[in-house]
Amino acid sequence: MSFECGVFHTRYRSDMGLRPKPAQRIRLALFAAAVLVFPFFASPYWLDLANQVAIATVGAIGLNILVGYTGQISLGQGAFMAVGAYAAGLLTLNLGLPWGVSIVLACFITAAVGTFFGLPSLRLKGLYLAIATLAAQEIVQWLMVHWTAVTGGTEAIVLPSPRLFGIRLNSAFSFYWIAVLAAAGTALFTANLFRSRAGRAFVAVRDQDIAASVIGVDIFRTKLLAFATSSFFAGLAGALIAFYRSIVTWERFTLEVSIVYLAMIIVGGLGTVRGSLFGAALITLLPALITNVGRALQETAPAVATLLPYAQQGVFGLVIILFLIFEPKGLSKLWGNVKDYFHVWPFAYRRG
Amino acid sequence: MADFLQLTVSGLSTGMIYALAAAGFVVIYKASDVINFTQGDLLLLGTYLIFFAVAQIGLPWSLGVLVTVLLAVAVALAIERLVLRPLIGEPIISMIMVTIGLSSILRGLVNAIWGPAPRSFESFLPEGSVVLGPAVLSTGRLISIPIALAVLAALWLFFRHTRDGIAMRAIADDQQAALSMGISIPRVFGVAWGLAAASAAIGGIMLGNIVGVTPNVAAIGLHVFPVVILGGLDSIRGAVIGGAVIGLLEAYTGGYVGHGLNLVIPYAVLILVLMVRPYGLFGKEIIERV
Repeated sequence: MSFECGVFHTRYRSDMGLRPKPAQRIRLALFAAAVLVFPFFASPYWLDLANQVAIATVGAIGLNILVGYTGQISLGQGAFMAVGAYAAGLLTLNLGLPWGVSIVLACFITAAVGTFFGLPSLRLKGLYLAIATLAAQEIVQWLMVHWTAVTGGTEAIVLPSPRLFGIRLNSAFSFYWIAVLAAAGTALFTANLFRSRAGRAFVAVRDQDIAASVIGVDIFRTKLLAFATSSFFAGLAGALIAFYRSIVTWERFTLEVSIVYLAMIIVGGLGTVRGSLFGAALITLLPALITNVGRALQETAPAVATLLPYAQQGVFGLVIILFLIFEPKGLSKLWGNVKDYFHVWPFAYRRG
Repeated sequence: MADFLQLTVSGLSTGMIYALAAAGFVVIYKASDVINFTQGDLLLLGTYLIFFAVAQIGLPWSLGVLVTVLLAVAVALAIERLVLRPLIGEPIISMIMVTIGLSSILRGLVNAIWGPAPRSFESFLPEGSVVLGPAVLSTGRLISIPIALAVLAALWLFFRHTRDGIAMRAIADDQQAALSMGISIPRVFGVAWGLAAASAAIGGIMLGNIVGVTPNVAAIGLHVFPVVILGGLDSIRGAVIGGAVIGLLEAYTGGYVGHGLNLVIPYAVLILVLMVRPYGLFGKEIIERV
C-alpha cells in the first residue's frame, strides 16, 4: 500500500517541485477538500474557532519566518500585530479606504515598523535581542494605551464589517473564506520563500551567521528582510483580527499574545510551515477544549469548574514544557514520524 | 524636597527588590545559560508562601521566613532537576520558552490555591513612619533597603569565599575547563537555582510586607530585564546598581511626570543602552569564533 516507493523523476524540475511526490499531492488535495467542505457542515461555534485558527496560522507562519527560519528571537509579535490592527482600523475609519486596501497597506506599514525594530538585530543576538524585542513590545503596548490622539487609548476602535460586491461579510461563515485564503496564501508564499535565494540566506544566518557572512550573505540585509517579511504577516494577522472582531483594543495584543504565538511555533515545530498550522490549531483549540471539559464538569464537580482559568494557564505551560522535553521538533516531527511509519508500511524494518 | 525624599525611598526600596530578583537571574544565567522568566513567579511564590506560613498556619515571622525560603528553594530545585536538566545544551529559544511555560504553571498554581483576590497579613516590618524634616518616610520601606543589601552582600561573599561559589564562577567562565577540573555541573546548577529562589523569596517576603499579597507581584519579573541589561550580566554589584537606577527612574517619572510613563521608562532606557552598548552598560563583549 505504500505510495512512495519508486517515484522516479526524469527532470530536475519535477524533482524540485514544491510537492514532488504523488502522495504529498493527494494529501494536500484531501486537506484542501476538507477545508472547502468544512464550513457547510460546521456550527457557528466551530466556524469561529476555525477562523481563529486560520488567522493564528498567518501570524504563526510570520513569527516562524523570523524565529524558526532566521533564528532571531522575537517577543514582539503582539506589538507587530497591534500595529497591523490599528493601521488597518485607522486607515478605514479616518481615510475611508476600502477594507482590502487598508489591510494591504497595514501589512506594509507593519513591515516598516518591524524593520525598524529589527535594526538592533545587527548588533544583538540571543538573550539581548530577545530583551530588545520585549522592550519593543512594552513600548508599543504603552503607546497603544497612552497615545490617545491616534489610537483612542483604552477606548476600542469600532470598525464597519467588510463588504464584498455589496454583501456584508459579518458572519463567521463569510469571513472564513477571507481567513482561509489569507492563511493559504501565506503558507504558499513561505513554502516557496525557502526555496529561493533570500530564504536560503535566512536559514544560513540562523545556522551560523558569521559563517554565512563569510560565504557572501549580507547578514544585516538578510536579518532586516526577515524582520520585514515576518512583521508583514504579523500585520496581516492583526488586520484580519481587526476586521473579524470589528473592534480593535490593546488587550488583544499584549505580551501574552507574543508568548502564545511563540508557544504555537514551539509546539508545532520551529522552521516548518505545516508546524505553524499544527501549533496554531493546537494552541487555539486547547483553551476551548478545557472550557468544554469544564462545562461538562459544572454539574458534577463545580469546585473543579471554578479552577478552570488557572487550569488553562497550567495546561498551557505544561504543553510547552512537555513538547520541549520530549519532542523539541514539535507536532511537525510527530506527523513526520507517522508518515515515515506508513512510508514502508507493511515492512516495518526501519523501526527501532 | 519632601516629595523628592519620599520618591527616593520608595524608588530605592522597589529597586532593591528588583536587584534581589535580578541577582537570581544573573546567577542562573551565568551558571547555566538559562534565561529565566520565572524570576517574577518566584517572587510571587515567596509572597504567598509567607502569607501561608504567617497568616494561615500562624507561625511566628522568624520561623515563617525560614519556612518560606526553604519551600521556595525546594520548588526551585525540583524545577531544575525535572525540567531544566533534560534541556542542557538546547538552543536559547527553548530555554526562554521552557521558563515561560514554568512561569505559566507557577502562576496558575498560585492562583488556583490562593485565588485571585488580594490578601493581606500583619506586616512584621515595623509599621509607621519616620519624619525627616518635611518628609514622611515609611519605616517598612526604609528598613527593606538594608535588608536587601545585606542579602545581596551575603550572595557576593558566597561567590568570593565559598567552594561552591568559586566553582560557579569557574563554570561561568569556561564550562569544559571547569568540568575537567572535577567540578560537578549538576551540583552547581542546583546551587544556582537554590540561591536564585532564596533571594527572590526574600524579595517576595518584603513585597508582601510593603505592598501586600496580590497576583500582580509576578509582573515585577519583567523588570528584571532592564535591570540586568543596565547592570550587566556579570556581577551582583551590577544588579544592585541597575536595580537602584531603574527603581529610582520609575519613582521619579511616576512622581513628577505621570501619564503612566513610569511603566515604559525602564524599557526606553533599555533600548537606549542596547543601542549604545550592545552588551549592556557593564557587560563584557563576547568574542565569537566560527
